[in-house]
Amino acid sequence: MNKKDKSSVTFNLNGAPRTVFSSQIRRFSDVLREDLGLKGTKVGCDAGDCGACTILINGEQRYACLTATGQLDGCDVTTVEGLSKNGELTSLQHSFWAEGAAQCGICTPGMLMAAQSLLNQVPHPSEDQVLDALSGVLCRCTGYSKIIKAVINSTQKPTPISYPEVGNAVGSRMVKVDGYEKLTGEEIFAADKAPENSLWLRAIRSPHARARFSLKNPEKAMNKYSGLVKVLTAEDVPGNNGFGIYPHIKDQPVLAQDNVRFRGEAIAALIGDRESVESVTEEDLNLTWQPFEAVRGLESAIAANLDPVQSGFPDNTLSRGFVKKCEVEKGFSESHKIVEGIWTTSAIEHGYIEPEAGFANRIGDNIEIFVCTQTPYMDQSEVAQVLGIDKNQVRIIPSAVGGGFGGKLDISVHPLIAVAAWVLNHPVRCVYTRPESLASTTKRHPVRIRAKAGCSKDGKLTAFEFHGDFNTGAYASWGPTVADRVPIHCTGPYFVPNMLSETRALFTNESPSGAFRGFGTPQAAIAHEALMDTLAEKICMDPLEFRIKNALRKGDRTNTGQLLENSVGQTDCLESLKSRWVKWRKSAEEYNKKSAVIKRGVGSGSVWYGCGNTSMSNPSTIQVGISKKGKVTLYNGAMDIGQGANTVMVQICADALGIPASQFDIVMGDTNLTADAGKTSASRQTFVSGKASQLAGERLRAKIIHLAEVSDKASIHIEGEKLTAKDETGEHLIILSDIIPHENGDVLTGEGTFDPPTTPLDENGQGSPYATYGFGAQIAEVEVDTSLGTTKVLRIAAAHDVGKIINPTQVEGQIHGGIAQGLGLALMEEYIQEVSENLHDYLMPTVGDMPSIEVILIEDSEPLGPYGAKGIGEHALIPTAPAIIGGIKHATGIVINHLPATPDRVFSAIQKAGHKNTNS
Amino acid sequence: MMRNYYRPENLNDGLVALSENSWTMLAGGTDFYPARVGKHIKEKVLDLTGIKELRSIKETKDQIYIGALTTWTDIFKANLPEAFEGLRKASKTIGGVQTQNAGTICGNVCNASPAADSIPNLLALEAKVQLMSVKETRILPLEKFILGNRKIARKDNELVTGLIIPFPSKEARGNFEKLGSRAFLVISIAMVGVVVDFNESREIENLNVAVGSCSAVSKRLYLLEEEAIGQKLQDIEIKPLHLENLEPINDIRGTAAYRIAVISELVLRAIKGV
Ligand SMILES: Cc1cc2nc3c(=O)[nH]c(=O)nc-3n(C[C@@H](O)[C@@H](O)[C@H](O)COP(=O)(O)OP(=O)(O)OC[C@H]3O[C@@H](n4cnc5c(N)ncnc54)[C@H](O)[C@@H]3O)c2cc1C
Ligand code: FES
Ligand code: FES
Repeated sequence: MNKKDKSSVTFNLNGAPRTVFSSQIRRFSDVLREDLGLKGTKVGCDAGDCGACTILINGEQRYACLTATGQLDGCDVTTVEGLSKNGELTSLQHSFWAEGAAQCGICTPGMLMAAQSLLNQVPHPSEDQVLDALSGVLCRCTGYSKIIKAVINSTQKPTPISYPEVGNAVGSRMVKVDGYEKLTGEEIFAADKAPENSLWLRAIRSPHARARFSLKNPEKAMNKYSGLVKVLTAEDVPGNNGFGIYPHIKDQPVLAQDNVRFRGEAIAALIGDRESVESVTEEDLNLTWQPFEAVRGLESAIAANLDPVQSGFPDNTLSRGFVKKCEVEKGFSESHKIVEGIWTTSAIEHGYIEPEAGFANRIGDNIEIFVCTQTPYMDQSEVAQVLGIDKNQVRIIPSAVGGGFGGKLDISVHPLIAVAAWVLNHPVRCVYTRPESLASTTKRHPVRIRAKAGCSKDGKLTAFEFHGDFNTGAYASWGPTVADRVPIHCTGPYFVPNMLSETRALFTNESPSGAFRGFGTPQAAIAHEALMDTLAEKICMDPLEFRIKNALRKGDRTNTGQLLENSVGQTDCLESLKSRWVKWRKSAEEYNKKSAVIKRGVGSGSVWYGCGNTSMSNPSTIQVGISKKGKVTLYNGAMDIGQGANTVMVQICADALGIPASQFDIVMGDTNLTADAGKTSASRQTFVSGKASQLAGERLRAKIIHLAEVSDKASIHIEGEKLTAKDETGEHLIILSDIIPHENGDVLTGEGTFDPPTTPLDENGQGSPYATYGFGAQIAEVEVDTSLGTTKVLRIAAAHDVGKIINPTQVEGQIHGGIAQGLGLALMEEYIQEVSENLHDYLMPTVGDMPSIEVILIEDSEPLGPYGAKGIGEHALIPTAPAIIGGIKHATGIVINHLPATPDRVFSAIQKAGHKNTNS
Repeated sequence: MMRNYYRPENLNDGLVALSENSWTMLAGGTDFYPARVGKHIKEKVLDLTGIKELRSIKETKDQIYIGALTTWTDIFKANLPEAFEGLRKASKTIGGVQTQNAGTICGNVCNASPAADSIPNLLALEAKVQLMSVKETRILPLEKFILGNRKIARKDNELVTGLIIPFPSKEARGNFEKLGSRAFLVISIAMVGVVVDFNESREIENLNVAVGSCSAVSKRLYLLEEEAIGQKLQDIEIKPLHLENLEPINDIRGTAAYRIAVISELVLRAIKGV
């Protein structure tokens, strides 16, 4: 930065005058964060699309990322840090906390500021006013319901923040243990921290889907920019220049060598001061490209006319999945009705509001990486093999994670900053821009599904066949997982006597597809639910009745032959929706009689989904300790990515140990401080790590009981260094400071490990892939404008069997958020390389797109789970799109086979159908 | 001293700066910054936001003047004649409140995107663009100002100082219809701005209707306008011929065929809904 471009700008910041000396064209968000150290203002796009940077300027809500610092001269600025005074939360912040309006919390500062600007003008706003005020802030976690409620409730008498009593934590609406930080802007996300002297890293990425490149002489750039320290290329990677989820498939290079396989692939990394790395151009680098025709789309991958995407896979087939139960042909031959169809879906972006970021710091022979992640332990191994060092030399320190949804299961900045910091022996940081995040990270697999189902005269399913091709992009990532998981679930939660399913994950020169909430099953659900609707129609049966009739029940064997013995709440879920279903369908049909253009319809969708990894050991270990000063710490390796694992683990452990949840401190996911609790994926944390947390609490309790020589029923109180255990024989005192401490300072510890029992699948895919399944069903009422093709979802009722509700607020939050993402999948989300590399053109639901949501929770206890609990994270999303698409069909008679159902697709389907089939 | 950023406090200083150098103009920044994500900003920027006199809406007997720094929120809050209802409605559909608080209507015009929501409304209002340099003041009809997709008739030394709109008749009413794929924060797949004026028998005396996002530059539907004169609102019909000058393209927001197919419905809704 030239000195002459800098000048001083003075403004009032959170009530006090401040002067900054800066370039005046710099985004004010950057000055706030980097110069003034106020990291509460978040940056999710730098383009006015996400609203995370919302602040108040002269009382009005404004995007700090679109405001030139020079424009602040003489202004009054309020940021999230200026809301609470002396640690006292405002009623708005308080209300957000009490309602569970912050999940990951990355959107929260922006939401709070937008809401505050409204409340300053309108003390008691209507819901419409709230929607308008929040219209410029995106949230990817909450589905907005609790945020709207929190804003409206903030004007009433606040609900006090109280923690549950001893023994009552499980099942309570306990507030988030990490809620306070998320509301004040103190929470530290991945871009919020880095050593003062860190160098910046910017990756150079391919603009081509497939090309050969040459990077001849980066020294030229080095000479031109004095602040440029190094141009990192493939040669600099000290260990294996490849990474990937599977131990035997490390196919994605950290930095590509000579060839790229998708647009967005990294080929080099610039390291230096920020201005220099942001200024270097391709010309400065002498970079030349020779593009080739790329394999685009599944058709091209299957045709295999071009050179294969990866030379080791001549037919572009990465992996296959297969499940076969009994005789599918025979089943069909005995069917009364058979229906079939083809469905396709688009690539979908996770859309977490926090772009990938982090820093790496080499300390002697060790390296520390601070990064947003869903899986610190896998990151640790990955970084170690890229650096060619031992796992124990790598420490992953997870930041607070601003949303993940599967996208932060793959590594992103990690290997780049690790290599740079290792080679230069200097701290290096990197923050992805939004376009970079969109272009370079994984997507939900686009699919092409061909499926067929048959039923008997009385509406019992007889046979089901499924062929799914999944576009896995240029690198393997989680492709094999998707190919495995889908065949198991592809029928939906129904008993099917004969079935066959096969899947392929195919390489293309497109964004690698990875893990995204549901691992391919949301796509499959669109097919199985459409088939259920059509079969019901064919035999003139109510679609919900048809689903109830065929729902999996206790004692049934699944597609893989697994006997379902416990916790199968599918019929309860469907039954609980029945009265609404009948009422809603009727009211929609009545409405349509009077409405020619706007048509309403109601559809339904069901889900079952195995919690945990497929037929694989996936243990979690959780530890709890008491220090000699009486501090109770839960060492939680189960990453909280907003879903609330920190809170759930504390609730469970508190009740198992028998002390109040409010007494817990928490350490999350640091590979040096916590044990491995596996990945935050596959809806496994509450079920698997939750069980480990329960066992840890129980073990510690058993130790205390033993030490104090009291009965099992004793109550435990910890106050400073005194632990008293009380039972019918009286009080028994343990002086904690008398006990010799462990290395970490704890004197009493408990550890629990749980690995859900599964069996491998045989060559026909038969076995017990999951220890338990979550079940659910949703119904959605939609409104279609048949003249324009636009669809609005009016209301959704969602019934889910979660085994045991550990925290109702959080379960509801997962369901609301899942529905929002399901709605996006159904109606608007479609990632197209080059075209939608920003949040302007990649559309996700806004606060105005959400229907009213009613949540019905079913508790069919799972004996293996903690207090009977199982997962919900992914289940919530899966039935939404089928219910919406079914609703469109009920409203208009049209069948949508390609998602998303954008206005042009709906319109053209209506045109083709010629309006004839509407439900009136 | 050569500087890369200058924020004049009055119009004259701004015009002088423009006469001496070539600058990129900055107003609300809602187009400027999104076009520069991840880039180090090196160009010379003339920040107009210090020129307070340009943030104003002035009415005289025969025209309404909208100063260059008038924001979308200013438009929404202003007490403008009924004919401006379309523009007012549009102001609430530009991004979220944050964008409306910062973004200026003149910036929207100068950015000249095919999807700029101000333009069909301003065309329907028969707006003119005022340009000033140290040497002269020019006033161009909006149709002459916008030359193409992101091309405008501004000379390097000129500042767009405001929009001039002939004072509409008392009876005239405006409306706006915008088609998008989500509720908020959505760029138009297509949009329509109309201003209708009536005679005493509630027949259409004058109809101005313009369609956006269906050609590189928003277009008036002159043929429809002519044929509408003397008709009642409810009798208006749209024929394919009326839409012949539109040239929609396929893009991420919708296909060309879709745009053409729905535009008549949107036009009808816009006209009938005034
Ligand atoms: C999230 C988001 C959503 C949006 N949604 C919409 C939408 O739905 N519809 C829509 O139409 N627009 C939309 N926009 C764009 C809209 O905000 C802008 O077009 C805005 O009106 C431009 O005004 P500005 O003051 O911010 O311009 P700036 O960004 O400051 O400038 C825009 C351009 O005009 C030039 N310029 C500005 N003022 C002058 C002047 N007085 N003289 C000469 N040149 C000038 C600048 O040099 C620049 O090239 C959206 C923007 C964002 C960030
Ligand atoms: S960071 Fe400013 S709107 Fe996204
Ligand atoms: S809580 Fe809103 S984005 Fe995570």
